[in-house]
Amino acid sequence: MADTYYDPADLRKFGKISEWSEELGSKFFDYYGKVFEEGALSAREKSLIALAVAHVVKCPYCIDAYTKDGLQRGITKEEMMESVHVGAAIESGATLVHGVQMMKKYDKLSM
Amino acid sequence: MSTKSLKARHDVLAQSNKQLEILNGGLFEEGELPFFKDKIDAIGAYPLRPKKLEILQINVGYMCNQVCEHCHVDAGPDRKEIMTRDTMELCLEVIRNTGAHTLDLTGGAPEMNPDFRWFVEQAAEAGIKDFIVRSNLTIIRANKKYYDLPQFFKKHNIHVISSMPHYTRGKTDKQRGDGVFDSSIKALQELNAVGYGMPDSDLRLDLVYNPSGAFLPGNQAALEADFKKALKQDFDIDFHNLFAITNLPIARFLDYLIASGNYEDYMYSLVEAYNPSAVASVMCTNTISVSWDGWLYDCDFNQMLGLKVASKIKHLKDYNEEVLNDRDIVISQHCYGCTAGAGSSCQGTVA
Repeated sequence: MADTYYDPADLRKFGKISEWSEELGSKFFDYYGKVFEEGALSAREKSLIALAVAHVVKCPYCIDAYTKDGLQRGITKEEMMESVHVGAAIESGATLVHGVQMMKKYDKLSM
Repeated sequence: MSTKSLKARHDVLAQSNKQLEILNGGLFEEGELPFFKDKIDAIGAYPLRPKKLEILQINVGYMCNQVCEHCHVDAGPDRKEIMTRDTMELCLEVIRNTGAHTLDLTGGAPEMNPDFRWFVEQAAEAGIKDFIVRSNLTIIRANKKYYDLPQFFKKHNIHVISSMPHYTRGKTDKQRGDGVFDSSIKALQELNAVGYGMPDSDLRLDLVYNPSGAFLPGNQAALEADFKKALKQDFDIDFHNLFAITNLPIARFLDYLIASGNYEDYMYSLVEAYNPSAVASVMCTNTISVSWDGWLYDCDFNQMLGLKVASKIKHLKDYNEEVLNDRDIVISQHCYGCTAGAGSSCQGTVA
């Protein structure tokens, strides 16, 4: 076993999850593949969304995968960084919007 | 970025046998990844055999005005291997008798061969129908003596295929050297000015996209649309098609992969992207590659790896197309580069 939780080489073993549950694994990978096909959104747009989400869920495998995917699609580093900021803005906004709850509770508890 | 070739730096990777040791050893020798031979054997494609010869690809020399980081030729200003007029005469003899319809001139920068124009004129007289020159674009702006190349190409109705790694300055210059982007843009505008690449024009101008790093090319049609939009919008440039070509792990690209710690991941990516349906159309099945000194190879990559054709006919001076076409194609692990994803050839995707 590696002495760290994350090993970059594990990413290419992702497909192995099907070995312990063939049905669920293949259903997942079919679904995953379908999601990223060209659709109402382009595969390029989906790649940038995936990159933003990868940062929000803080998945190092996903960050590696979608940085490479973006490079392959000719996506520029400026576009990639903007997508990360979109993720960060939503994430910080999600924290801050709870401030309303705090304010309401504060007001309710205060005379 | 180095301004010298691996050869001039006396780098160990300038030796083709050292490159082959790497490609045949490591991950493949240890059984982590399958050998290319076994992979194509599984679909009944081993040994790989040629189909009808369609393209003669002649490398007229390794000299180039650029020292691109990904160059599989290890070309550069310091390379002195240049095809002589005597060898060109042998090529012309073959051109007069071949069944191939396309002549594909490559290098280095083919225009730097002092007999380049003479050779083109002679080959045109010999009746070649489809004439390709692989131009790096910047050569057109490198020296006054090359300024009239667009007119020369036009006169002989040459199909120009040019490298353009990205439509942004940063990515282009990082791979190909400072100033390459601006100079390439100027050259493309000059080609457009004489009619090359314009919609409905018979003067064909195609661009080649090589990824600028350790990743595979994305969808060729999508990249073409992005390039067309950006080059038109930013520089009013027109071109016909974009060919997305995978970088093969040889020469300077191999050196880059190893030095940047990307070699193993890249080989995994190539093998994972293996597409059996690309095997039937790989370019070595319809192309013969000729080196500056007249030796024959299955492709330009094999030429750089020193892997001559497995045939009694190994040199232009003994050329016999029938005998030559009855051969097994020489393969190694770099061949995964041509079968990855939608496949890759000098004419772009194949599958």
